Amino acid sequence: MNQKIILYLCLLAFGIAAPFLFPAFKLQISIMWILVVLSLTWDVQGGQMGYNTFGNIMFFGLGMYICSSFQIGLFFPLAEWTASGGEKTFVHTPTQFFQGFFIGLILAAIIPAIVAAIIGYGILGLRGHYFAICTLGLGIAAGEFAGGIELVGAGQGMTSPPWPKGIGDTELRSEFFYYICFLLMVFTFLFLRWAYSTRFGLVLNAIRDNEDKAEAMGINTMRYKITGWVVSAFFVGMAGGLMGNMIGYIEPVETAFAGRTFGVFMVLMAILGGKGTLWGPVIGAIAFHIFKEGFWTFFLGWQYVALGALIVVVVIFFPEGIMGWLREKYPERFGEIIDEEDRKAQVELK
Amino acid sequence: MRPVLSVEQVYKYFGGVRANENISMQVEQGSIVGLIGPNGSGKTTLFNSIVGTHPIDKGSIKFENKEVSTLPIPVIAKLGLLRTFQQTRIYGKLNCIDNMRISAKPAKDNLFSVFSTIPVELSDKAENLLNFVGLYQKRKLRAGDLSFGQQKLLELAMALMNEPKMLLLDEPTAGINPTLINGIIDRLIKVNKEFGITLLVIEHNMRVIMSLAQKIFCLAHGELIAEGAPEKIKNDKRVINAYLGAQ
Repeated sequence: MNQKIILYLCLLAFGIAAPFLFPAFKLQISIMWILVVLSLTWDVQGGQMGYNTFGNIMFFGLGMYICSSFQIGLFFPLAEWTASGGEKTFVHTPTQFFQGFFIGLILAAIIPAIVAAIIGYGILGLRGHYFAICTLGLGIAAGEFAGGIELVGAGQGMTSPPWPKGIGDTELRSEFFYYICFLLMVFTFLFLRWAYSTRFGLVLNAIRDNEDKAEAMGINTMRYKITGWVVSAFFVGMAGGLMGNMIGYIEPVETAFAGRTFGVFMVLMAILGGKGTLWGPVIGAIAFHIFKEGFWTFFLGWQYVALGALIVVVVIFFPEGIMGWLREKYPERFGEIIDEEDRKAQVELK
Repeated sequence: MRPVLSVEQVYKYFGGVRANENISMQVEQGSIVGLIGPNGSGKTTLFNSIVGTHPIDKGSIKFENKEVSTLPIPVIAKLGLLRTFQQTRIYGKLNCIDNMRISAKPAKDNLFSVFSTIPVELSDKAENLLNFVGLYQKRKLRAGDLSFGQQKLLELAMALMNEPKMLLLDEPTAGINPTLINGIIDRLIKVNKEFGITLLVIEHNMRVIMSLAQKIFCLAHGELIAEGAPEKIKNDKRVINAYLGAQ
């Protein structure tokens, strides 16, 4: 137990100190925390519940657009902002910027959560491949849809509000976003850690292992499935809002509803780390980010080939992911201590 | 004795297949009732109709005087009418204790109880019930690692964990080691007598069903062909013909 607390404190200390230890990688580590959030929340469906979704990216994009739109729309005419493509200079005062940022971030979590509840009610009745294909369609449709709305810049996208003038340089900006990202990641992790310890966690696992049985035992599975998706959408939406602010530019298909990159990454990260475990998605996201950045740096031009090769290796040699592999190898470390006598014992009914 | 389950003139067709035709049967409170019939005679279809897996074409099914034929599966289960499956269904990647813990009826069941904690006492109850079906030593194993027969026992224990009023058992002794069968009969009688659970049992093992049930219904080609006490069924010509073919 104590060991665990020390481990958590060390990680926390690392997270807090990281921008000073690796000042050149602040943005990279911020994105890494965002990736951890994406992979943790994807795992709620894909891992714990056994519903492979490709639609979570929808909430990411939605959060991104909602956050920036409110940040701008609260103080300036949004249509003029987007029409000028970032040329027209409305400037946020620091107060306006932070007010808008926090209101936008909260709405970027709540609105996708509501959308998830509504869509989930409609499609979470689908199972297996049908659900996966349906969510894949949703993700793509959302991108096309956003690309058609003039108010948010249609196909050319929109800029998110620039860092206000007069309160420090870009260093402060990246530190600010770094800590918000880190906080979001920690909060997501702690929330899920708690949620998995409640009835919610067990029911999700039951749905994964045998949904028909769960229903036959009187569990209202739909309620848990929707709740799970709402939870995911909440955190993914917030992550999207943050990401939009950090990179400064929102493009409907490339950054917001980026099914080709983030949408696939979140699945890969969770699988790489080990789906259905709490730490798997975290480890998977960190390992994936390091590999990815390495490939982009050292194999430029071949980066996607290298990434593909990595995926093939993982699927063939570690089908259960890093955590799954460790669990097979050291079950006693995961609390699976089984007495050999018990295992061999004959079942008797006297 | 009042009937706890009453099935009246139930019809279920799958396209041209007449799975159940004009089935009427009553199960009395606190009794053990058998359901027999050759393969494909519609026994499991009838189970599925009762617990709401599929809608019935005609007829009515009442559980404690409440029409259940139009209710969804979890709602019927919550009324206290549970079933086990012929091919075992357990949560394979969870260990036995967790399988049991999740099978208990939650104290509250609404939107706000989604994140409720699972009471600690449940683990004791789970261990007691696992002990009851002889699986105590296997409690920490993943349910998927158990043998088929052990999974059958686990499924029975899971159903008991839910404290149902009535239990539909689909072949409880299929795939179970013959030396354990007497133990199972004994357990099922205890479930009925001590826990007060009404049992409706599908069974192919005649020795089991004859020593267990007080009343037996026999289905063949989707129709009810005989009902009565075990002795009567044993000597019924239509039943013998259905099983062995007419001579």
